[in-house]
Amino acid sequence: MPVLWLVLIVFALGALGFVLGRRRALGGAGGDIRLLHSLPSYYGTNVTLLTVVPALFLLGIWLLVQPVVVDARVSAMLPDSAISEGTTRDLVMSDVRRIAEGLDKAVAEGAMTHREARDIRAEFTDVRNRLGAVGVALGSTVGAPELYAAQRYRRIAGEGSLAMTGVVLALALGGVALSLIRTTPSFRARNTVETGIRYVLIFAATIAILTTIGIVLSLVFNTIDFFRLYPAWDFFFGTTWSPSFGGGSELGILPLLWGTFYISIIALAVSVPIGLFAAIYLSEYASPHVRAFAKPMIEVLAGIPTIVYGLFALLTVGPLLLKVFGQDGVGIMQAGTAVMTAGLVMGIMLIPFVSSLSDDIINAVPQSMRDGSLGLGATRSETVRQVVLPAALPGIVGAILLAASRAIGETMIVVLGAGAAANLSLNPFEAMTTVTAKIVSQLTGDADFASPEALVAFALGMTLFVITLGLNVFALYIVRKYREQYE
Amino acid sequence: MTDVPFTDASSGPARPARTGSLLEADARTRRRNAAEARFRLYGIAAVGVGLFFLAALLYAIFSNGIGAFQQTGYTLQIEFREDVLDKTGNRDLEDIKSVKTFAYSPLLRAAMLREIETHGIDTPLADAKVTGFSSPLDKLFSDGARSTLRDMVLADPSLIGQTVAVRILASSRVDGYLKGRVSRESIERDKNLDAVHLDLIDKLREAGVATKGFNLAFITGPDASDARPEQAGLGVAMLGSLYMMIVVLALSLPIGVAASIYLEEFAPQNRFTDIIEVNISNLAAVPSIVFGILGLAVFIQFVHLPQSAPLVGGLVLTLMTLPTIIISTRASLKAVPPSIRDAALGVGASKMQAVFHHVLPLAMPGILTGTIIGLAQALGETAPLLLIGMVGFIASNYPDGAISGFLAPNSAMPAQIYEWAKRADPAFYERAWGGIIILLLFLMTMNIIAIILRRRFERRW
Repeated sequence: MPVLWLVLIVFALGALGFVLGRRRALGGAGGDIRLLHSLPSYYGTNVTLLTVVPALFLLGIWLLVQPVVVDARVSAMLPDSAISEGTTRDLVMSDVRRIAEGLDKAVAEGAMTHREARDIRAEFTDVRNRLGAVGVALGSTVGAPELYAAQRYRRIAGEGSLAMTGVVLALALGGVALSLIRTTPSFRARNTVETGIRYVLIFAATIAILTTIGIVLSLVFNTIDFFRLYPAWDFFFGTTWSPSFGGGSELGILPLLWGTFYISIIALAVSVPIGLFAAIYLSEYASPHVRAFAKPMIEVLAGIPTIVYGLFALLTVGPLLLKVFGQDGVGIMQAGTAVMTAGLVMGIMLIPFVSSLSDDIINAVPQSMRDGSLGLGATRSETVRQVVLPAALPGIVGAILLAASRAIGETMIVVLGAGAAANLSLNPFEAMTTVTAKIVSQLTGDADFASPEALVAFALGMTLFVITLGLNVFALYIVRKYREQYE
Repeated sequence: MTDVPFTDASSGPARPARTGSLLEADARTRRRNAAEARFRLYGIAAVGVGLFFLAALLYAIFSNGIGAFQQTGYTLQIEFREDVLDKTGNRDLEDIKSVKTFAYSPLLRAAMLREIETHGIDTPLADAKVTGFSSPLDKLFSDGARSTLRDMVLADPSLIGQTVAVRILASSRVDGYLKGRVSRESIERDKNLDAVHLDLIDKLREAGVATKGFNLAFITGPDASDARPEQAGLGVAMLGSLYMMIVVLALSLPIGVAASIYLEEFAPQNRFTDIIEVNISNLAAVPSIVFGILGLAVFIQFVHLPQSAPLVGGLVLTLMTLPTIIISTRASLKAVPPSIRDAALGVGASKMQAVFHHVLPLAMPGILTGTIIGLAQALGETAPLLLIGMVGFIASNYPDGAISGFLAPNSAMPAQIYEWAKRADPAFYERAWGGIIILLLFLMTMNIIAIILRRRFERRW
């Protein structure tokens, strides 16, 4: 693991720099700490920061960029004749990478010498068998151009890693040298260190932005790829969802959106009344003892992982509903996995979400308004319905919208509880599927990322991201716009 | 609120004079009181329904899952016959290795037949014919029992020639029969077990040969293939979760604290700060599966990190928990009163010193509480892990060391539970519920630690 070693060496240099910088500052002042501008440890920290931060920053950037550059260079070298009918350049490149990794592994395990890995020829050696012997399975026999490209790939990657090691170490050593030269008793070490730390803090804060950019870019690029292979109109307005990896899939999103909204509506129909009434009771009626017991108990429901709810839907609620509504009962349910199953369990999951949000909002309504209403002779329930709830309404609507966005984005419950068939039906006891469930089923398994059947997951993800983001922004907007200020 | 209806009613002119006693409520008051009582009842019902769901959930988990911690086995006197296992008699390990797993079946059958004879059990299975390599008796044992014996011999060749008492795993159908999951009716169409086997099992239980024992292999062992639910364990997936949590803790705590300090203490009020804050609150509400797509596209497709690796899982979960940690850290930094900062600045500390020497230590209990809660959230998260390939039959080998623990394909606890829930054999459902008990125990411990930290160290100003 050369990268790990490189990181460790950089840190060791940083530690060494700390000691040297501190000693040099003290030495320059003749051991008299009062002659220094800053405390001695600041001089040391200054050296460490200048050694470690630029070197690690460069290392990170290099690791991100190198595979892209190497890929592009090797891919440009591949002759068009190497790309046979029915494959694409990307697929051939992934083969090339696999072969290169296999060669690396063979060398690491001693099954091949460095020279052999560099000079081996597909014309004379069965590379597939040689690599199979070290546990690298290749799909087809290795052709000469692929092997040649893989060897070029290894060489360029090797040169790149070597250059990276050299440049990073040089930068670290340069950092030590430069900062040591600048270390004099009059050097304003503390100010420099504090500015440096400030930049580190700013960088940490921008990771949130980088994450968002990463999400948007990874969704957008793959979605564009998808729409090149599959018409956008058919995706957004198609009413059939039947992917087949052999080709000829119909990938209409409407049945998935319908399933998503149907399940979410059932979930909200369960969670909003229960959650809201629970919040009202706990904040307006319950004695402190009841509240101290019931509120955390209901919130336990929020801490339970969604996989647990999924299993509960699949193995407990589904069979229970089937017993009542199935062939032996009402006779409108075919199997345990259905919209009702998933919606009911998701509703249970959302109860604490609705109740704790509404609880906060109801408690924010000032006591004087309640007192006024009670003083005029209203009963408590009249106060709640006609004074407290109208005042808290925007907040509650916001809470419901947030719960809806939760329901739309929920995955595990629908993967396990809602079934896999994409239906456009009104019967809540029928199996349907959702956007999230299909993202999971299209991206797990060994599908290559070049087919529309796998890329559609990114378009689904994009749709999901836009919908949930829109709901959240809208919820915050409502809360802000209609919030009454009681001061 | 001027148009509230009940004030109108009392000002109406056409109100008849009261005739009855003041102590006796009139119809309208009774109606209002009844509405009040109804409303109150709705509230109680809502709380009750919430608590009922919690109780039902916990009951389902424990009643279904507790069985996974027990496993049926037979205590058999296995004779490691030299003429089967080491025909040359030179105890050469290579020769012993050349004996395949199925050669161990006769040892198992012979030991079982001896028990049947010793306890005088009358069963048609005692005279069952061996056809090819299989005998009806084999259905009693787990498919993995033979390789367990082979591993024992390979680890200690001196066993050959001895007779040793060994606990042999029963097949999952036998286990299900003892636990009540499999009944005589349900096996009628099941080719894995017959009624004669159940008769034999009943007698073996009376004789004390077939017993249920604590199932340590479930907690420490690796996953097993579809055909051997009795051997499946959560141990390797637990290690996968552990390595992921190490990554999450090592990255999200420093980054989260640094970001919060910047936003709370240093950030100027400008557009850039606004964008960061909006971003963080939006990221907190992005569905977790979208983070999985991000991990797949960026870490695996773009950077070519190994698929299914706990390192990648950890990175994805870090990005997912960062908003949670930042929000709670900012709250605890905000809770430190400004007088602390002013005092530090007043005696000559720089802004940075005031924050790092005074504010941060005081906010630390709150920060740790938030971090633990964020970690607990990450530990239970499944959906993003499915997309980066941490699911399927991959938690079957222990990692060789720390580096392979981060980079070798592994699963995680919730993903392993999902994997079991997907399999066809109901014996795996019991494992899935059992896995949930273990997962919930971890979550409960983490939350209790968080609560204790908050109670003991958090200061009220």
